[in-house]
Amino acid sequence: MSRRTFSMGGVHPADNKISRDCKIEVLPIPDTVYIHLGQHIGAPAKPIVAVGDKVKVGQPIAEPGGFVSAYIHSSVSGTVKSIAPRKDLAGNPQMCIEIAVEGDEWMEGIDTSDTIVTDFPDDAKTSLEKIKAAGIVGLGGATFPTHVKLMPPPGKKCDMLIINGCECEPYLTSDFRTLLEKGEQVAIGAAIIKNVLGVDKATIAIEDNKPEAIKHMNEVLTNLRKLSSKYAGISVMSLMKKYPEGGEKQLIDAVMHRQVKSGGLPIDVGAVVQNVATALAVYDAVQKNKPIVDNSVTVTGECFPKQANLLVRVGTPLKYIIDYLGGMPADAVKVISGGPMMGKAIANLDAATLKGTSALLFLTAKQTARGKEGNCIRCGKCAEACPMGLEPFLLNRLSRAGGMLDELEKNAVQDCIECGCCLYSCPANIPLLDVIRQSKAQVMGVIKARAAAAAAAKK
Amino acid sequence: MSTTIIWTIAIIALLGLVLAVVLYLVAERFKVVEDPRIDEVEKVMPGANCGGCGFAGCRAFADAAVKAPNLDNNYCPVGGNEVMKKVAAILGYEIKEKAPMVAVVRCNGSCEARPRINDYDGYASCRVKAALYSGDTGCSFGCLGCGDCVAACQFGAISMDPATGLPVVDQEKCTACGACAKACPKGIIELRPKGPRGMRMYVSCVNKEKGPAVKQACANACIGCGICQKTCQHEAVVVENNVAYIDPAKCKLCRECEAMCPTGAIHGVNFPKPLDKDAIKARIKERNAKAAEAAKAAAAAKAEEPKKEEA
Repeated sequence: MSRRTFSMGGVHPADNKISRDCKIEVLPIPDTVYIHLGQHIGAPAKPIVAVGDKVKVGQPIAEPGGFVSAYIHSSVSGTVKSIAPRKDLAGNPQMCIEIAVEGDEWMEGIDTSDTIVTDFPDDAKTSLEKIKAAGIVGLGGATFPTHVKLMPPPGKKCDMLIINGCECEPYLTSDFRTLLEKGEQVAIGAAIIKNVLGVDKATIAIEDNKPEAIKHMNEVLTNLRKLSSKYAGISVMSLMKKYPEGGEKQLIDAVMHRQVKSGGLPIDVGAVVQNVATALAVYDAVQKNKPIVDNSVTVTGECFPKQANLLVRVGTPLKYIIDYLGGMPADAVKVISGGPMMGKAIANLDAATLKGTSALLFLTAKQTARGKEGNCIRCGKCAEACPMGLEPFLLNRLSRAGGMLDELEKNAVQDCIECGCCLYSCPANIPLLDVIRQSKAQVMGVIKARAAAAAAAKK
Repeated sequence: MSTTIIWTIAIIALLGLVLAVVLYLVAERFKVVEDPRIDEVEKVMPGANCGGCGFAGCRAFADAAVKAPNLDNNYCPVGGNEVMKKVAAILGYEIKEKAPMVAVVRCNGSCEARPRINDYDGYASCRVKAALYSGDTGCSFGCLGCGDCVAACQFGAISMDPATGLPVVDQEKCTACGACAKACPKGIIELRPKGPRGMRMYVSCVNKEKGPAVKQACANACIGCGICQKTCQHEAVVVENNVAYIDPAKCKLCRECEAMCPTGAIHGVNFPKPLDKDAIKARIKERNAKAAEAAKAAAAAKAEEPKKEEA
């Protein structure tokens, strides 16, 4: 049997999942948490608490600031200290709610026990309301509000739900641990999402470098199917390990052999993709009334003294996590939020975690050294590696020439998923992604402005 | 032999004549009528094709100027009033004279004043750097120092000062085309009037954060304390979003704000004499004392008035 994967491009970086055997450990609650109002893609949330208010764990503290936006809940119990701009991971000031922790008192109605509730409501609307109220966003990294994704636009039909358990980024293991330790919850979450969407089929896609997870999920599903017919139609699919398999469009290609066209959405080809951690959050929200107050974070790196997968309250200061695990290693020069391929270097260690923070990765000077930039010899390795079928060498030249936005748009720079395969494969060390990323942002700005102008003209 | 030569010449001459007539007819038929004034205007333009006027180049500007009903919206910043007068003379329009402008860098966070808190090893471009994070200093508003403005300038008027890590504008070469201001992702370069004999005042900081946070990041930053606004007698300085701004139209170049600024964020350039802080401070003190006395006297007079009424 051939191993299923996506058809175009991709690279094979070393796996380095050195924290794969570390069980998810609950991190003690810090003294203060800093909850940013921009936890998700879209409009930042609007605070609904005032300075001095007492809050409990799971109490909503901010409401959606627009259609594409989400609720934010207090991750601790205590007093609101301030609502003021604070520097985020990238060092840019952002509105933030500071809460001083007092005890650990949860909101009424939240089930904090470990019992697994397998029976869920049939009514899709109730579930969707609960998902919205729980402030669930895509925890695979993009943090797109989940309730928006679960309401397909009229006329679009969903054929298959894909639960993304690929975790194709090197080093990251939090989704893998979640599948192993909370497989039942993930499966039930998947069934709930499947019910909300009204689809018959759901696939939990896992890369074949995680055979334990595939085996465990198969067992879990066999057991659940015996309990109720609601769990029929959910299956596990093993995919060939290749980066960026977990990219939404790549995963749809791998699982369904359907390609999303340029500028299209997954729903155009009848697919909805949700991350494993999101499925778990949906389970918590619908079955336990528990909003997103914590998420699992992998803390890893060869130079880091202790590998760990931690269950961290949203808004925990990074320094607190690092100190808990034994402090900053002396030879670490770069701390990355996320994996080494797509993660972003953290500019400000005083910042706090967000809902979408999946990992803290510590790298040494040797690991992060950039080679001297050479000339492009048109070897085409970048074009071969690009999973979106773009020509990074061309986009690089057009971007550097300046003012070539029309040409860049024609060459589909806006389809770039910023996976970094081009940069990874370039033998001349050309910072392809650095350059392409900013011209993509410029072109996206032009496209958005054009759409806004067209909408205004229609009115 | 000779007849062959004659025939050849005759046929070629005839062919030439016929084709010339055809060409003439075609040229007449498909003639593009263009206003000859466009050429004339283009001739007096500086020819830099910099795009500072908002058009693609000098020819595009000339075309637009000829077609426009007046010259109010068309101005060549590079040529300035001199060129615009010539353009107006050709077209028979009148122009509104504009004060000559110059690019001003509104950041003075030098390497010394604004310590680096991390190392940036990505592609050396401000735009790329700004898209990634706040920069390698504690200030998320200030100059990133990769020199996108230097690359954007066609006139060689901007260079990076290695000592401060900040761009420096050569005011003689600067034509105020605005290319640098557009290139800067942080928006710290502003076109301001050159001022009489080049004398001008400006706040060299755009940081909108609150005082303590700003001070931590940069010693030269505007902390939004508002002393300049209180000092100014001409309502030229306004502190908004924790940063001061001097309105060049209202500024009388008295340099009082510059003398009073606790961090040195306000800069005055091209003044003939160096700033005498003590003299200006003494002057302000005296004026404040007088004002206080006058206020006292007024209060006393007011207090006496009702007494008189009572009596």
